[in-house]
Amino acid sequence: MSRRVTLNLGFQGNTRDVTVTIPDDEPTPWQWGDRLSVVGKPAPRVDGPLKATGTARYTYDIELPGMLYGAILRSPWPHARIRGFDLSAAQHLAGVRAVLALDDREIRFAGQEVAAVAAISSDIAADALKLIKVDYEQLPFVVDMDSAAKDSAPRVFGSGSNIGKVKHSSVGDVPKGLEIATSTIEATYTTPVQTHVCLETHGAVASFNPAGDQLTVWCSTQGVFSVRDDLAVYFSLPPDSVRVICEYLGGGFGSKFGATPEMVVAARLSKATGVPVKVMLPRADEHRSTGNRPNSEQKVKMGVDRDGKLTAIDLVTRGSGGIGGGAGSAGPFGSIYRCANFRVEESNIYTNAGPSSPMRAPGWPQGCFALELAMDEMARKAGIDRLEFRRRNSDNPVRAAEYDIGARAFGWAEKNEAAKTSGPIKRGVGVASAEWHAVGVSGPEAQVIAHRDGSVEVRVGTQDIGTGTRTVLAIVAAEELGLPVDRVKSEIGDTRFLFSVPSGGSLSAPSNSPAVRQAAAHLKDKLFRIAAPILGAQPNDLETAEQTIRMRTNPSRAISFNDVCKRIPGDSISAQGERVPNYDGFRTDQAGCQFAEVEVDTETGIVRVTHVVAVHDAGRIVDPLTARSQVNGGILMGIGFALFEDRRMDPQLGIMVNPTMDDYKLLGALDVPQIDVTFFEVANGITNTGVMGLGEVSHVASTAAVACAVYDAIGVPVRSLPMTPDRVLAALGHA
Amino acid sequence: MKPRKPNAISRRSFIKGAGAVAAAAGLVHVRPASADEKPLPPGVIEKLGPEATTIELNINGKPATLAIEPRVTLLRALREHLGLTGTKLVCDRGACGACTVHLDGKPVTSCMVLAIDARGHQVNTIEGLGTPSNMHPVQAAFVEDDAQQCGFCTPGMVMSVAAVLEKNPTATTDEIKHATAGNTCRCGTYPHVFAAALKAVKPGRATKDV
Ligand code: FES
Ligand code: FES
Repeated sequence: MSRRVTLNLGFQGNTRDVTVTIPDDEPTPWQWGDRLSVVGKPAPRVDGPLKATGTARYTYDIELPGMLYGAILRSPWPHARIRGFDLSAAQHLAGVRAVLALDDREIRFAGQEVAAVAAISSDIAADALKLIKVDYEQLPFVVDMDSAAKDSAPRVFGSGSNIGKVKHSSVGDVPKGLEIATSTIEATYTTPVQTHVCLETHGAVASFNPAGDQLTVWCSTQGVFSVRDDLAVYFSLPPDSVRVICEYLGGGFGSKFGATPEMVVAARLSKATGVPVKVMLPRADEHRSTGNRPNSEQKVKMGVDRDGKLTAIDLVTRGSGGIGGGAGSAGPFGSIYRCANFRVEESNIYTNAGPSSPMRAPGWPQGCFALELAMDEMARKAGIDRLEFRRRNSDNPVRAAEYDIGARAFGWAEKNEAAKTSGPIKRGVGVASAEWHAVGVSGPEAQVIAHRDGSVEVRVGTQDIGTGTRTVLAIVAAEELGLPVDRVKSEIGDTRFLFSVPSGGSLSAPSNSPAVRQAAAHLKDKLFRIAAPILGAQPNDLETAEQTIRMRTNPSRAISFNDVCKRIPGDSISAQGERVPNYDGFRTDQAGCQFAEVEVDTETGIVRVTHVVAVHDAGRIVDPLTARSQVNGGILMGIGFALFEDRRMDPQLGIMVNPTMDDYKLLGALDVPQIDVTFFEVANGITNTGVMGLGEVSHVASTAAVACAVYDAIGVPVRSLPMTPDRVLAALGHA
Repeated sequence: MKPRKPNAISRRSFIKGAGAVAAAAGLVHVRPASADEKPLPPGVIEKLGPEATTIELNINGKPATLAIEPRVTLLRALREHLGLTGTKLVCDRGACGACTVHLDGKPVTSCMVLAIDARGHQVNTIEGLGTPSNMHPVQAAFVEDDAQQCGFCTPGMVMSVAAVLEKNPTATTDEIKHATAGNTCRCGTYPHVFAAALKAVKPGRATKDV
């Protein structure tokens, strides 16, 4: 059964009524102007004390009685065929309990799994790896994209081409658009391979029962249920015979979906030895083998007419995800700005390098960098103000409002006009636009439990990758039940709880929060049935507020939440909620923009980012404090991509030359600019909470804004990332 | 029997195996606990291992006895032998600060110190700093200002901040940035770390002479 409700949706100064049909048992979606008591108020993350004291248990911290330590031998060769193994020396090393040769005899990148051991200590396991002899037949290989695209290149997959299926799409007529343009540009932009560098490496502790038909796995994952399903298939077990637990994980950024090789290895070693086995990857393996963001080479043509309107965008983009696919950067080009004539040709080139995996807004930071730097080159050539150029070509009213807010907070008008100083340090400013669509999906179910002592528990089979999922879910339940946040405990990260989707694609908050709200509403109905006779009222006449259950029309007729809970007949009372499909609400896209200021030392080529202003919308912001943390993180990862990070491959040896945290350069404390974040609230009515994700949208424009600021500072674009001193000097003609 | 004091430089680089550690040799300088403890005369090498040896460490003010191979780092001794898993293993070569502990009050990366070299020193770990129900002011500030996301860098970050504030209770943002320059946070929590650290800077709070 369903009902129709009319919601007032939109944003400050721009709301409209939208009628949606919602299930009968679904709480009415929060709308514009709804005053909420705990949602939207900054709240420290609920698991903060556990993390700050080192008490939170990550996979890396799981130690079980009798547990063995596993380690994985990896191919030193980028392309080889394994003729055979000699495992005997490793098997005979004291302390070794199992040695496994893995099934795959075709090696396609240096770092691919070859064999594994389990031993009584991690040192002995490492010693044992050195004793395994592998007979490799080395094969020709290719690790750089240009060489791989040539006809004469060694084939990564034996036969066929190294060039994946070329994707074409087009609207309008690009040659015509370029012809009618009064000004055009043409340039090529490149971005390097970036690795995720999760602080907690990939890994698992796996424990088979003696009969070998029940498997429990603790693992560092963004999706406990996807791991469960993969392992169930791999070991031919029914899914409910596999339990996957991830209470805390030290970062994922897109690299930790599904059952990864080290999880399978840990489980196979446990099956072989009959005891739990822990496999956590060493740092170098994490860099080489667990995923990366593909590089890109983006050839852009753009045209603009006399009115500053885009007449054509043409993009030919390719990238390499190693032996994986997924390269591509077209997303922002077809979407952020309006252009009637648009064409894209997108391809993935295979190379003998570690497989790509999704990374924080896959394809978008690369694409946004090229698009926005091209926009600046275009604006300069056509003699239009850069921000005005963007306004003229965007038709999104949310973005227009955000440009205003950001420009004011940043002081764009003055900074953009400021004359360049004559000294060697040049200041510059840039602006870039973001976009994402973090509306979430249906599927998750939630359980909310009230105990006799008045405490409340939320249980969902989701996981917290650092975004504050536990906190967001506790806040939503607290809101619905009229409680302070600290009365609610969130339990997540276990396939024993109700199903949820992986935490990626900015899905967690928008997919789980509506299920929790619905579950809390259902629980509330049950509590109303207990309270009604006490208050001499009908359940329908009651509401929750300020830790009481009371009559809506007469708030002084109230009973405390605790007293109602005391009347729970058993130990607890619980209710479930379901995440229903999205409604047609206000808008499904997110805009967002970021302004950056940099200082470039034209003598050394060193770029310093000094200030970033970010304006983002993500529907309803549940917790501005943890939300701001996420935005800071998106920006800083983007600055790292702009200035420092670069996976380097040795073309002669076919190996990654910098698989460490000192040679692979990351941003550090001294590189952090002042960051100011403003949230632009939009009531979208897409779900009962109207919450959207933030993890990706906050990262899309950061690199681009820095690149645009560097261009402004030195007057020449640096079209290749990272913008290292040598590249900056080369752009200046000093090198 | 009084444990003999280790010499001044971590010997991990000579024992733990070739390759990764060469660049890091000599980075960690451990001060002998007291001046009257003399290092072995030049040329005389203490013989330990390679098999497990029983040693005594002082962790969070309490003695701890453990049998370890001499190649085991302080970090792994804490995590794998003493069950103190709050200190995190991330890079295992002194590049990220996640394993930061206090050795005689100074922040050191415990992945770069051999456990045997920590004998005779006072080791303090994140577990010794505070507990969820009784947090150290730095930990409380980290929670209040959300100076953590995934939280994996957090114990190391907290230890670095606590050490600098112990030494310099009126530290400035700049000094805090330098104190955390060796701590990598992939989630990008730095701005909140700086804010939390400044909050924990309380002019006039009781401090030791420094
Ligand atoms: S683990 Fe010790 S510094 Fe990284
Ligand atoms: S909070 Fe995740 S690495 Fe710092």
